[in-house]
Amino acid sequence: MNFQLGWRNIWRNPRRTLVIMSAVIIGIWSMIFLGALMRGITDQMVRNGIATLTGHIQVHHKDYRNDPVIENSITEPEAVEATLNDILPPGSRWTPRVRVNAIASNARHSSGVTLVGVEPRREDKISFVAQAITQGRFLKPVDKNGIVVGKALADKFETKLGRKLILMSQDTKREIASRAFRIVGIFRAEMEATEKQFVFITMSAAQQMLELKKGISEISIILTDYQEVNQVTVALRTALSATDYEVQSWQELLPMVTAVLKMYDGFIFLWFLVVFVAMGFGLVNTTLMAVFERIREFGLLKALGMKPWWIIKGVLIESFFLLILGMVIGNSLGFLSIFVLPSTGIDLSSLAEGMEFAGMSRVIFPIIKSKDVITANLVVFVLGLLVSVYPAVKAARFTPVEAMAHT
Amino acid sequence: MNIVECIDIKKTYEQGQVEVQALRGISLSIKKGDFFALAGPSGSGKTTILNIIGGLDSADSGRVMVDGNVLDEMNRSQLADLRLHNIGFVFQAYNLIPVLSALENVEYVMLLQGVPVADRRQRAKTILDDVGLEDKYDRRPAELSGGQQQRVAVARAIVSNPSIVLADEPTANLDSKTGQGLLELMQEMNEKKKVTFIFSTHDHMVMDYARRLVKIRDGRVVDDQIKAR
Repeated sequence: MNFQLGWRNIWRNPRRTLVIMSAVIIGIWSMIFLGALMRGITDQMVRNGIATLTGHIQVHHKDYRNDPVIENSITEPEAVEATLNDILPPGSRWTPRVRVNAIASNARHSSGVTLVGVEPRREDKISFVAQAITQGRFLKPVDKNGIVVGKALADKFETKLGRKLILMSQDTKREIASRAFRIVGIFRAEMEATEKQFVFITMSAAQQMLELKKGISEISIILTDYQEVNQVTVALRTALSATDYEVQSWQELLPMVTAVLKMYDGFIFLWFLVVFVAMGFGLVNTTLMAVFERIREFGLLKALGMKPWWIIKGVLIESFFLLILGMVIGNSLGFLSIFVLPSTGIDLSSLAEGMEFAGMSRVIFPIIKSKDVITANLVVFVLGLLVSVYPAVKAARFTPVEAMAHT
Repeated sequence: MNIVECIDIKKTYEQGQVEVQALRGISLSIKKGDFFALAGPSGSGKTTILNIIGGLDSADSGRVMVDGNVLDEMNRSQLADLRLHNIGFVFQAYNLIPVLSALENVEYVMLLQGVPVADRRQRAKTILDDVGLEDKYDRRPAELSGGQQQRVAVARAIVSNPSIVLADEPTANLDSKTGQGLLELMQEMNEKKKVTFIFSTHDHMVMDYARRLVKIRDGRVVDDQIKAR
């Protein structure tokens, strides 16, 4: 009957109950929706970063990151490949690459680019580029002179499929190496900067052009379970500790993304706090009003022999119902508003330049993480009950004589 | 045997800057099964005595014993238990819980006592039948007349089989016919269930029904008479 009494008590003043419930609904809804939006943004940043050649883990020469020149190459890749075969979990994929700075030019334009020499069949399973071809085709292993460029670069160079592009870089003998390639494919990427930066040729073409023999610049690894990244990184580091090669996870390779992730975690925490404080004041105020309206009734209950703890429990049961109802509706609205969006996402193309600068895609797809949903609901429920303790204790403290004399 | 014993009770209240002596040394003995009225004008101290006997207030000095319990030696939790199990209350303003039906209001005391649901439901129905509200189980207080609400309050007061029922001006908000009906009901409960009724009143009709009438003025007993009805 205590639950029955609590339920009926909250509907004594339906308008007031609906007002405070709206605060809980909007609070939960915003926490879930905005949390999902922020997770969508950060998830896409990480996916873009990983897919744009970074992978989960990379292996390089220890000086390569500071100075990405041809001299700082992995000259004996077989030893590293043997270690990878021993240590990587089943299902993992990896690919070698040559990656150096170069100049791309044609009759009209020239521009600094990153020349990436790939093994087409392995690259297909690792990075974005093979699936991102919008014109022509991706490279084949036999392509000696084929090149794949980004759409933005092709537009900048006023060129198209079938046309020539000259690549120039420094080889292992510190001489200028240059070669002509024919555009066999054009790719689109999430960010225009990616389309302008990377040009792809076959590994063998790159090694030949740069006189690299069997040397490579990096090995990029994708795991089946991204949560194993840290443990696999440590294992590889230990295995390669006696060599000149270093192993880095994507968090180390993309420090800005990592920093932004932490920042977004902070935003989510702050948003939850703001929502809760605003809602908490409303809840305390409403419950206090409900308590003061019923002073005589609390006096009567104490006169009948009700202990203070039972009165506190009664008031908390009323808050419980308010919170649970608000949470059910708020969660439903939150999930509904998120599930409406997957096919369309939120289009922020008008902010494309700013989004690219921050490493974000133009279209955002919210992602619900159970941790965020559980945290939002726990924060509201537990703290909501906690703030209701004050008015509950106030109700329990009325003396029967004073309370029943109240008009 | 005395169910209530008050020995030289004194009580002073502060009203703003002024001290008001509500009770100036009251001594009373009330027998078990009595139908007892405390009468006096407003401010005479009758409600104060009732509150002290009911453990809702405490005397500044003197001694109060209720149903074998010395109230001065009891803490708040023990006093709450005494009220829950030994004392029923009927107030002037019916003081029913507005969101509960008549049946639920009567059941509520037994809920606090921990009586199982089937048992308390049956007892609540029986007592409502006894007070003539057999067709009003599901009515909320707002759907009942003043007299009916007061009958529910009486049912609630006696359903837990208390030793004493304290009734503070129970007929004050009722017309004379309804008031008379209520008094007859309480008299019947007193005779059938041997519950001691203690009234505070300035209603002559209540004074007429009482078997013992103690008059109080300015915090002192001025008259004490046993009447036959």
